[in-house]
Amino acid sequence: MNKLISKKDFVAKIFDGASIMVGGFMNIGTAEEIIDELLLTDVKDLTIICNDAGLPGVGVGKLIEAGKVKKLIASHIGLNPVAGQKMTDGSMIVDLVPQGTLAERIRAGGAGLGGFLTPTGIGTIVEEGKDVLEVDGKKYLLEKPLKADFAFLLGHVVDKKGNIVYNKTIRNFNPLMATACEHVVVQARKIVEAGDINPDHIVTPHIFVDYIVEGGKQ
Amino acid sequence: MNPKELIARRVAKELKDGDVVNLGIGLPTMVANYVDHSLDITFQSENGMLGLGPVPDPEHEDWDLTNAGGKPVTMTTGGVFFDSATSFGIIRGGHVDITVLGSLQVDEEGNIANWIIPGKMVPGMGGAMDLLVGAKKVIVAMQHTSKDTPKILKRCTLPFTAVKEVDMIVTELGVMEVTDKGIVLKELAPGVTAEEVQKNTEATLIISENIKEMEI
Repeated sequence: MNKLISKKDFVAKIFDGASIMVGGFMNIGTAEEIIDELLLTDVKDLTIICNDAGLPGVGVGKLIEAGKVKKLIASHIGLNPVAGQKMTDGSMIVDLVPQGTLAERIRAGGAGLGGFLTPTGIGTIVEEGKDVLEVDGKKYLLEKPLKADFAFLLGHVVDKKGNIVYNKTIRNFNPLMATACEHVVVQARKIVEAGDINPDHIVTPHIFVDYIVEGGKQ
Repeated sequence: MNPKELIARRVAKELKDGDVVNLGIGLPTMVANYVDHSLDITFQSENGMLGLGPVPDPEHEDWDLTNAGGKPVTMTTGGVFFDSATSFGIIRGGHVDITVLGSLQVDEEGNIANWIIPGKMVPGMGGAMDLLVGAKKVIVAMQHTSKDTPKILKRCTLPFTAVKEVDMIVTELGVMEVTDKGIVLKELAPGVTAEEVQKNTEATLIISENIKEMEI
């Protein structure tokens, strides 16, 4: 199966109202070139799931500024004043989720779990509207899984089957998002033949990856 | 010595050999500058690494090697990278010995509010809620007041980040421990009196019988 695709052909699959998980942490590990390609389309009303709102003019920040994002699910938007402004004026819905809960919700979504119990957020605003369960005398929030239509990943070295190796802290949310989305694309800094990566070093197994686009510095 | 340096130096004394430590953005990050180098301390960064090292010179910056503020850092020998779920498994699972955070407000019960000022500032909680419930020891490192308004209160007025999780508060005026009975003032910064600390604190402080000068 050939997973290599042009950026243009990949973004043509994205539809109005789609949900997209975007890997990266303050844009470190974000597939910037796929975002740039998406900006060239008319697609709108997106739900973006990402650790943060990026920075103005960087990463998911670009999608937010372009008015393509209807809803943002993130743990932090503090470094992007545009996101804060859109949240305040009501033009974008922002669902703030504790970072560990966000990661685990995505993991649960990809792992076939119906949710998980976490002590994070007990006694805070985060608790509102959620079930509180007690296990062995300790209170936990029931947090539900998160899935999406698309995932945008950044890979450092990717083989043609779709096996991914990351580099340092670009990994963050990428391997989790790979498991939780219907259509998964990786922006590969370097593409190699299957078999070229030591199987012990692969972080994201190829079965999670549907498309590979080449792009980004090595 | 400026207040931030004083606070960072005192917090650094709390770090023990073998500890796994997460430092928040801002003032808490400065703590790493004053740690006794003979100790084996592992710094965790919630974006996915153990073995956070010093900030590199500009010419050695690697934008694939960053901290939770998205800024270039270095890694110490034997460091390791992992994904965000593993990172927060480490945090919630009680594998972090000490977390050091800044705060807007802290109260007598050890409640903390540092992620939102409704209608004014909504940055989000990031990893703070997980760090507060997960770390074995929570140290709040902050300036004692905000423009002369006390930050150590009877009860936080801003939305909580976590309930009853703060263990210790270090400010430029002193060191306080949160106990079941309230906040105990244990150490005073050089030249500061207990009365002065109380004057700048809304919560009623319990003055320790063994109160001493802050070690820095």
